[in-house]
Amino acid sequence: MTTELPPGLALQKVDERIMTLNVGPQHPGSGHMRIIVQIDGDYIVACDPDPGYVHRGEEKMAEYRNYITNIPHLERPVIHDSCNILYPYVLGVEEIVGIEVPERAKYVRVIASELNRCIYTMYWLAIYGIFLGHSTMFMWPAGDRELLIDLMEKMTGARVTHAHFVPGGVRNDLPPNFEDVCLRQVNYFEKRIKEYAAVFYDNPILISRTRDTGVLSRQDAIRLGTTGSVLRASGVDYDLRLKEPYDVYDELDVHTNVMKEGDSYARSRVPWLDMMESCNIIRQALQKMPKSGSVRTKLKPNPKGKGLNSVYKRVESGRGSLGCYIVSDGKTEPYRLKMSVGSFRNLIALPYLLKGEKLGNMPSVYWSLNYWPVEADR
Amino acid sequence: MSVIAPKFKLSEFIKSLLDNAFWILLLLVLVGIPAISILLFAIEMPVINGELLTPFLALTWIADPSRTLPIIKAFMATDIFRVMAFPGFGFAALLAAGTIFVERKMLAKLQLRVGPFYCGKVEGILQLMGDGLKLISKEIIIPAKADKPIFWAAPVMFVGAAAAFVALIPVAPGWVVADVDLGLLGVFAVIGFFPIITILSAWSANSKFPFIGGIRALFQMVSFEIPLILSLLGVVILTGTLNLSEIAASQSSFPWIVFLPVGAVVFFITMLAELERIPFDLPEAESEIVAGWLTELSGMMYGLVQLGTYLKLYAFAALFVVLFLGGWNGPMVVPPFPAEIITDGIVMGPITAKIPGLPVFTQEMLNGTLWFVLKTVGVIFFILLPRGVFPRIRIDMLLSLGWTKLIGLAFVNIFIALGLLYAGVLGPGGLQ
Repeated sequence: MTTELPPGLALQKVDERIMTLNVGPQHPGSGHMRIIVQIDGDYIVACDPDPGYVHRGEEKMAEYRNYITNIPHLERPVIHDSCNILYPYVLGVEEIVGIEVPERAKYVRVIASELNRCIYTMYWLAIYGIFLGHSTMFMWPAGDRELLIDLMEKMTGARVTHAHFVPGGVRNDLPPNFEDVCLRQVNYFEKRIKEYAAVFYDNPILISRTRDTGVLSRQDAIRLGTTGSVLRASGVDYDLRLKEPYDVYDELDVHTNVMKEGDSYARSRVPWLDMMESCNIIRQALQKMPKSGSVRTKLKPNPKGKGLNSVYKRVESGRGSLGCYIVSDGKTEPYRLKMSVGSFRNLIALPYLLKGEKLGNMPSVYWSLNYWPVEADR
Repeated sequence: MSVIAPKFKLSEFIKSLLDNAFWILLLLVLVGIPAISILLFAIEMPVINGELLTPFLALTWIADPSRTLPIIKAFMATDIFRVMAFPGFGFAALLAAGTIFVERKMLAKLQLRVGPFYCGKVEGILQLMGDGLKLISKEIIIPAKADKPIFWAAPVMFVGAAAAFVALIPVAPGWVVADVDLGLLGVFAVIGFFPIITILSAWSANSKFPFIGGIRALFQMVSFEIPLILSLLGVVILTGTLNLSEIAASQSSFPWIVFLPVGAVVFFITMLAELERIPFDLPEAESEIVAGWLTELSGMMYGLVQLGTYLKLYAFAALFVVLFLGGWNGPMVVPPFPAEIITDGIVMGPITAKIPGLPVFTQEMLNGTLWFVLKTVGVIFFILLPRGVFPRIRIDMLLSLGWTKLIGLAFVNIFIALGLLYAGVLGPGGLQ
């Protein structure tokens, strides 16, 4: 009888054809993340994404701060999408503390959330452009983003991390004349992003580089648990703004963009289409919003949770479903706080998509997953 | 922060001009005069026409054109002038610097970039100096296990090969650094050096990213050299010579692009690939392989490679002008110079010494240079333009483009040239 070593102890047979490449961290093509790629010539044999590099322990830190002081640091994982990443937390705290939100505040939240989605998507699009070597598509979104950042600055007083959503509404009311400025800026912004199609999405080289690369079938997209634009690019019509409307989304006319191809091109196009839909939603919200009224229900200092209970709230962020699970034990701090983020759920698909692809496709497939490295590693 | 450039105001423009003039004058006074005095007094002065050139004599000569002009012309007739200043390294480096500046400005305009608009008071002129200072001030880091002599030598060899390429290009009738009979063959030979230098640099760095980038560069350069050389054969067939000056001279009535548009297109595309310009900048695809074979080069070593790249860009653009756009040929636009300025019988230096009485420069040379520079700048503009429009393509797409499409088109071009020759439309040396 031959003795066989347990699986972990046996030496792996070394294939000399295969080279291991540490793409990142501190790599122009992976951001803060490390992707361990094994290549055979120009083909990727295996890929192991390693998001644990910018670890901040956000979830653990949240257990040591009360419900209000958690706000400015919980938005850190995605500073470009800070309204959306606070959204489920604020909704959850409102339920735990038991507090109602004024009608006008709900509309302000929707406007801020959609503006932030555009700000995030523009940043994402800029990086997608430079990943494909298209420097014009890097500079244009980075410049046009300023329009919306100026709007958010008017609204919240801060340019990047707004800390605007608070339990019971939003921190401040809109400045005077904001509606007109917002409408004008958003109309111009929409006109501007339509120009991107000519230089980027209709570019023959871009199409030939992203079509039929990293194809994620409808079944695989569901099986791997992807979300957001990745899921919708594979033909699944799933958007939390429609399926589980929060705040006033059920009063607005929301459409989602679905594409069937499931390749990098579809995944890169869906967020761009979403930005136009966001502009639509902002216009509707500006029209339907009550012109006056309170935007914040006053809270006692250091609000406490009502007894032992837990709540799970989720919203549709720029990267997909973003959930927040809060357990309360009746104290002023959350007993536990966990976040389920779109980036991590989409990253799971990366090794499946990259296997067998060429090394040149790595950046285009990787970034088409609408991934934000810091968010995956909270 | 606003990304929109401010409106042009004449008063502010004049003010900025005066402002800059003041600083330049101050700089000249503070730096220029001491430097000139050191030069004049510290260096042993040459003897010209039997007189020792003392500083004071030099000052009187500067005031007297009848004395300075012969010296200038004598200097212009020497090989040193040809190699160092015009049409050699100095001219090419100046054009290369101009190319970098124009590229920055053009892309800034296209992409709403801020730096090249505002850096420095006159239209971002200080951006170039900023780039240069940054490169000079960076530390040169060499990987521990690199093959150091080769690693050091590769950037220098790159600039050397690019300069050799520049030396073969004739700028005007009689104005070329190396007038070789087999000039086009020399061009092929010089182009053949670049893949070797690239792979040497990549291999000696002993790092994975330069290795992959170097192999890619090798693939790209080798597979695009074949259509490049094939696309030039049409011109060789029609002119019956490999001498670049004769090829340029043969296009006095028609540039060859009129008869060989296919060859010109193939040459232009392969030129982009040889220059590693977008959309063919695969060897330094920064999102996958950091900077390709340049990854481990830092500081001024990287700067040297960049200089070599832009020298190469000028040389390729100039070669395109010589082969397809008629070289220096063009209508006479330079106002006629007085005969004594052009053909004063000063004979000095090895080239003119062989043929006594040859003028240092002629009216044709001046006019030819003007046309040549204009055409070259135009070609460079078209080389720069794709950078604002296209993303990068993939290595397999690039190789299939080179091996399947461009080689086929290059053969079509050869058949067109042969057809024109046998139909009797054109003969060796030009239109029949």
